[in-house]
Amino acid sequence: MDDEVKNLSNLQIDALSEIGNVGAGNAATSLSIMINRRVEMSVPRVSIIPITDIWQVVGSEEEVVCGIFLRALGQAPGSILFMLPLKTAHQMVDLLMGVPPETNQELGEIGHSALKELGNILSGTYLNALSLFTGLEFIPSVPDLAIDMSASILGSLVLPMAEVGDYTLVIETVFSENHKALVGHFMMFPDPGSLSIILDKLGVDQ
Amino acid sequence: MAVLQVGMADLKVAKVPDILSSAGLGSCIGICLWDPITRIGGLAHIMLPSSALARNTDNKAKFADTAIPALVQEMERIGAMKSRLVAKIAGGAQMFALTEASSIMKIGERNAESSLETLRKMGIKLLHAETGANYGRSITFKTETGQLHIRTIEYGERIV
Repeated sequence: MDDEVKNLSNLQIDALSEIGNVGAGNAATSLSIMINRRVEMSVPRVSIIPITDIWQVVGSEEEVVCGIFLRALGQAPGSILFMLPLKTAHQMVDLLMGVPPETNQELGEIGHSALKELGNILSGTYLNALSLFTGLEFIPSVPDLAIDMSASILGSLVLPMAEVGDYTLVIETVFSENHKALVGHFMMFPDPGSLSIILDKLGVDQ
Repeated sequence: MAVLQVGMADLKVAKVPDILSSAGLGSCIGICLWDPITRIGGLAHIMLPSSALARNTDNKAKFADTAIPALVQEMERIGAMKSRLVAKIAGGAQMFALTEASSIMKIGERNAESSLETLRKMGIKLLHAETGANYGRSITFKTETGQLHIRTIEYGERIV
């Protein structure tokens, strides 16, 4: 992984950012339809970070967040994480269920299902764009959800990559609604080895 | 009294009355060693079970099998005695359930197995192990008492 990410050219980073842009654009549209609100998205950021610093992606190690995780399987597998502050997750469930704000103070089983389904749809639309660009098939796994400290969630996600290197690459987009009232981070981590395959298919291999 | 933060793939030693701490352990494990006579403590925050499969093993604190001997060495250097050391460990969760038939995601479980095995091989007595399940843990280890404080978000806190 280290060799893969350390020698990336600007052109390759731009290409990854561009597929992130289209993928996240699709995902933002589907999110907007689901919650019936206008959703804005940031320009995707492609970051190469030491695995041991992964918690810095969100700021504070012990911040309680809701993480919806799934694997993108296929020839170039990777992991997807949609992470929201806990309060935002509650607000999102209210919007998804079409109930007045602050109805859901506890997530409960229905809340969990609703958020997993949200992760499912966002990832599905994101991966569709990735497939169109690369001609590679990406099959999303069943999502799982955790409410926990951000460092625990992010750390566990990238741990397997530590076996083959010290760095990870993440393509990250921030979704917001109503002037940043609702903010979620959508992240895609290609597995070691997958990045070269994706870049090759994009025609920007080294 | 200082509180020393021990990040991922790092290890630190401390003398009484200092405190060692690791935040947000998921699949990682916090391995705490203590010499009750000198009250010297050590904490290793390991990421992976074994250095045998890894490409780069420069950082000994990254792997359970190399971190524990390195931690013991550091503790001995400041006056601890290996034969007196006792251990408490926490972490090794599996944060997400997955259908994918792959052992790579079971790192938490493998981290716990390797930590226990390394302690056993080195003849270090294990006083407490809280590993597994699907939630994160933050830990604080007191050199004064050898007490380990485990905090979680939805599963309470305890001192062991």
